[in-house]
Amino acid sequence: MTTVSHRSTPKTRRQGFARLLHAEWTKFRTVRGWVIGMASAALVTVLLGVFSASGSQSSCGAPGEACPAVPVGPGGEAVDDKFYFVHRSLEGNGAITVRVTSMTGQIRKPDATSGVRNVVPGLEPWAKAGVIIKAGTRLGSTYAALMVTGRHGVRMQHDFTHDTAGRPGGVSRTSPRWLRLIRSGDTLTGYESADGGQWAKVGTAHLAGLPATVQVGLFAASPGDLTVQQADLGGSIAAIRFAQATAVFDRVSLQGKAAGGAWSRDDMGATREPDGEIHHPGGVVQSGGTFTVTGVGDIAPRAEGQTIEKTLSGVVAGLLVVIVVAVVFITAEYRRGLMRTTLLAGPRRGRTLTAKAIVIAAVTFIAGLAATGVMVPLGTHILRSNGNYILPVSSLTELRVAAGMAALFAVFAVFAFALGAVFRRSAAAITVALVVIILPRIIATTSVLPTGASQWLLRLTPAAGFAIQQSIPAYPQVLGDHTPQAGYYPLAPWAGLAVSCGYAALALGLAVFLLRRRDA
Amino acid sequence: MKRELHAEWTKLRTVTSTAWLLAAGVALTVAVSAAAAATVSCPSAGCTYDVPKVGLIGVQAGQAIVAILAVLTVTGEYATGMIRTTLAALPRRPAVLAAKATILAGLTLAAGTVAVLGSLLVARLILPGNGFTPAHGQPPLSLADGPTLRAAAGSVLYLALIALLGLGVATIVRDSATAIGVVFGLLYILGILPFMISDPDWQRFLWQISPTNAGLAIQATTHLSGYPLSPWAGLGVLAGWSAAALLTGGLLFRLRDA
Repeated sequence: MTTVSHRSTPKTRRQGFARLLHAEWTKFRTVRGWVIGMASAALVTVLLGVFSASGSQSSCGAPGEACPAVPVGPGGEAVDDKFYFVHRSLEGNGAITVRVTSMTGQIRKPDATSGVRNVVPGLEPWAKAGVIIKAGTRLGSTYAALMVTGRHGVRMQHDFTHDTAGRPGGVSRTSPRWLRLIRSGDTLTGYESADGGQWAKVGTAHLAGLPATVQVGLFAASPGDLTVQQADLGGSIAAIRFAQATAVFDRVSLQGKAAGGAWSRDDMGATREPDGEIHHPGGVVQSGGTFTVTGVGDIAPRAEGQTIEKTLSGVVAGLLVVIVVAVVFITAEYRRGLMRTTLLAGPRRGRTLTAKAIVIAAVTFIAGLAATGVMVPLGTHILRSNGNYILPVSSLTELRVAAGMAALFAVFAVFAFALGAVFRRSAAAITVALVVIILPRIIATTSVLPTGASQWLLRLTPAAGFAIQQSIPAYPQVLGDHTPQAGYYPLAPWAGLAVSCGYAALALGLAVFLLRRRDA
Repeated sequence: MKRELHAEWTKLRTVTSTAWLLAAGVALTVAVSAAAAATVSCPSAGCTYDVPKVGLIGVQAGQAIVAILAVLTVTGEYATGMIRTTLAALPRRPAVLAAKATILAGLTLAAGTVAVLGSLLVARLILPGNGFTPAHGQPPLSLADGPTLRAAAGSVLYLALIALLGLGVATIVRDSATAIGVVFGLLYILGILPFMISDPDWQRFLWQISPTNAGLAIQATTHLSGYPLSPWAGLGVLAGWSAAALLTGGLLFRLRDA
């Protein structure tokens, strides 16, 4: 008599799993409602996206008038490069040293009486003035700057997105601040001092491709004043009003082969009125060795414009359908008693459930990718042809947004599927999935809920994963309306996706545990 | 009709999920309202919050549970085959549906009253701690205030109308998963459409036809002129949706085999 071994070899185990996958795929593909559901999830995402993009019109001044070109920084991002620049050319290595003795400004506040400009003295937190070395006067060209700011102390910034903090505190006649910026090849180093004797290093910047001859000088700029108001119908309205900064410099000295003669002056990036006048001009007053420089604008990454994820506004509707299909993919088995057959064919319950989860994840990923892969290019095309400016991002970011959202579809499908396996009833599973995935996102982005609460909703709930679609980061050195209502998520893209994945993994683990313990 | 009402009441009362769902609906409404009240602040005079609306924000979450209860009242019977027994015992189909609607609306009105009063009470207790004081021009929430009373009573009616909408949709599609998908689509997806578009005319139009945006106008007590619809007209839009869903459902219920 021979004994039969019931232990399977790794090979047969692999084949067994492939068979399970094949069986589950057959089930999915032969139920017409599920296939139609998945296709309509992709379709509704695209249709709503097209609808939303076609309804977003934008123009500068008269309808159809082209907007002025937006400068692009060395990193490829859209930037603001608007400041008053008092400069000379510098050949090769060298340095600039100045003393800042005062920094003041003006801010336009919301009109108290309508029609009367309400301008008050004051400094924006990120108003900035100091010394700068820039490749040239072309907008968006590479630079490094050492500056005093309105409320964030001394900073060294370069190439629009980089920011290093120095000593905190403002300047006054009694406590001036000395700034020194040294160029050596591609390396720029910033130092600060309270007395011009003891110097402390603030930071170093490496500017790739900095030409031999650069522009060196003084600058002043102030971003506009931001006010955010709750909109009556939910969401918020952000408004930016004029602000300017004025700084007084003395003891200006240049080392190296700097051009002699008078200083050049440029109102960099200034916008002009139709009559050719500069709108809110900056300026400089020179008396002896003292320079009083006034500037309007900012040298920073730009946040004004449409983002590529704006084209994906239909995903919420698509996800609703995906959740229903994913839940029914398992609850229908319980309702029809098919689950007993399924477990008879694949008695290792954990593996059988995993095979089902893999199939639903793969199907939703492909449906999601079809939708986002069409929508990102198509939507940006529609938005552009309606006169909207789209903030440029790298193709890697574009890929992350499109593929990441498709992955989020799959993660939410697995989560909903696992809930279906836990509850074994479609009503309960769909409700829980919708309440924890879609509801937080809707309440956080369109309701009258205050910003703090919205941000916590998008940190703690599975809806955190929507962060994967944010293409433009919220830079801390730019004061903006960085709220969920404005499209800024509280978590970094991959961190948000990880939160959603964690929830899906937990739910799937619970589903496997319960499936092993309970009778089917 | 009395027999139908009695039968529906017995069925709904003896299913455990009814009590659970109603309790969960009340708890969720009060909890979300409390969370919103705890996070708003009014550091100085002149803050622009519509305070009763903040205190009643939980209705936006609680309506989900109400909709589920409504859907299950119908689809539960189809899932188990109970519907055939029901119709054998009570063959007057319009009366059966009317009885279902009456019992469901009655239960929702009762639970909705508890949820709304609970939300307002919690908000009244929490808000003064966050600067909503008479010194900042924010008197405590009170039902003696006309607009607040209208917002509160209207929210209860709103929940009942949502239940009827869910009942109508469920009678049309007869499957719980699909019905819940459709109802949530109507409530939430249609609700955010106006925010996905920047054209102001489209925005107003979509806002006016969406059951949640228009219906929740009943909670507005300030900036009324900024809304595309007046509070009662808004609730009327939702009533229109509910009536259309119930009528279509009732017609199909008569025409189709169970």
